[in-house]
Amino acid sequence: MALETIEIQDKLTETFGENVFHFNQEKDVFSFEVAADKITAVILFLKNDPILRFHFLTDLCGVHYPDSEVDRQFAIVYHLHNWYENKRIKIKAFISGEKPEIKSISNIFLSSNWMERETYDFYGVDFIGHPQLKRILNMDEMISFPMRKEFPLEDGGRTDKDDRFFGRTIDNC
Amino acid sequence: MSELLLPPEHRYARIIKEKLNEDGSELSILNLGPTHPATHGIFQNILLMDGERILEAEPTIGYIHRAFEKIAENRPFYQITPLTDRMNYCSSPINNMGWWMTLEKLLDIEVPKRAQYLRVIVMELARITDHIICNSILGVDTGAYTGFLYVFQFREKVYEIYEEICGARLTTNMGRIGGFERDWSAEAFRKLDVFLEEFPAAWKEFENLFERNRIFIDRTVNVGAISAEQAMAYGFTGPNLRAAGVDYDVRVSQPYSSYEDFDFIVPVGKSGDTYDRFCVRNAEVWESLSIIRQALEKMPEGNDFHADVPDYYLPPKEDVYTNMESLIYHFKIVMGEVPIPVAEIYHPVEGGNGELGFYLVTDGSRTPYRLHFRRPCFIYYQAYPEMIKGALLSDAIVILSSLNVIAGELDA
Repeated sequence: MALETIEIQDKLTETFGENVFHFNQEKDVFSFEVAADKITAVILFLKNDPILRFHFLTDLCGVHYPDSEVDRQFAIVYHLHNWYENKRIKIKAFISGEKPEIKSISNIFLSSNWMERETYDFYGVDFIGHPQLKRILNMDEMISFPMRKEFPLEDGGRTDKDDRFFGRTIDNC
Repeated sequence: MSELLLPPEHRYARIIKEKLNEDGSELSILNLGPTHPATHGIFQNILLMDGERILEAEPTIGYIHRAFEKIAENRPFYQITPLTDRMNYCSSPINNMGWWMTLEKLLDIEVPKRAQYLRVIVMELARITDHIICNSILGVDTGAYTGFLYVFQFREKVYEIYEEICGARLTTNMGRIGGFERDWSAEAFRKLDVFLEEFPAAWKEFENLFERNRIFIDRTVNVGAISAEQAMAYGFTGPNLRAAGVDYDVRVSQPYSSYEDFDFIVPVGKSGDTYDRFCVRNAEVWESLSIIRQALEKMPEGNDFHADVPDYYLPPKEDVYTNMESLIYHFKIVMGEVPIPVAEIYHPVEGGNGELGFYLVTDGSRTPYRLHFRRPCFIYYQAYPEMIKGALLSDAIVILSSLNVIAGELDA
């Protein structure tokens, strides 16, 4: 019997109540949001529950929403996969833009170690409890977090290239 | 010696100072990389060694980080394919097709069966070249150069097929939203036939050289073994995971581009060691060849090579020069002035070394709001220090090449 999305939703709502919300089916991936302070509990539950069995962390990454209200400016996105039933889910946890921090899941999934480091490297999100939270792809001396939206792709002082002529403006790119 | 290589506050420097062996010998530090002919790419590993045994390793990555995800946030969708080429550059058509399929999922575009089959053929060719490189270089690292020379000319033959299809060889930038930029020429099919004719004999010879070779077996069996549980915990996918005995393959679990039409098996290993990884890749090459033959056999009649989506598919070049409407569409598509729905998409494909995923967030503008590449080797390379712990230095080299870590994909 295949694992139905409604079953996942019921089980989660039963256990975590208000802390899991915004359930919806996005194309082929079932998605929902989790209150950031419950993220480790929810992921541990999804992994260890004998019916849900989301035992594989496919992906973990950050998204920056600078135009949202201050406590929803960063999202950490977790993609979990249950290979037994071949079911994918996506979990989003929104965190504050002023002091972005969330609990690390590196004790639950070993593979999240570098993915969390990458997210820290690019967004400056502090993963509490991570064993070795330092930059991974950029050099250690760097002071900015380059995937944040305010970080420009190119040096604004360049005169040899005018993006207006290529259909791009500061607002639409 | 160690002071020269590491700052005194480094963890390893402290360990060396505290730990002295009974016979008075001391531990040492070895820098494996960043550039070394045996690492096939730019990775650095600082090794803490006792004689020739590795006690601990600290990998540093990011030497060829090119900020693809940041660049992708500033480029229209057509300009992102060249970025995907440069991730796993040993099998770039898979990356290209994965990206087009992500966009097709976003835009709900149905690709004609024939174009899907052509994609399957080119993706399997890419998988073959990927495995040719990985396995033959593994042979070179164990001291066997001959096998490499036998099979490497066939990579060249595959590149000639790519050249017929899209004009490029290594970084292919192949395809369009909805299919291919042009139909495959008769020459492409002829070259494919020649390849299918000649390659199996060479691959058989390659296998014969290695699979029962005493030296090769001594160098690879029980070297860098990883259990299925460990492999899954570390996020392994692809041949490396299958070598440990887990038959997870995206082509089977979530068939894309009509993989469900083909009959193939997913080879699995048992112990997850270097030898099993080698054998799984060898077996996959045979399966890929069989898939290509099936695709050619079942190829639907006609000459559909792209979906009918004028909003997203570039008009034929000869019309662009003579026809106003086509010129406008050409311009609009190149500049990204096309309707893009607001959505979040995750699309996985089975790359040469694991599940390659595209996580795309759009906000209706001409560029992605966020594009994250799930790069398989970035995720599984973190198990490398664990795998070489207690191994000899020469084993570390062999394990690294058997993992098929591609620097371009690792660092994105």
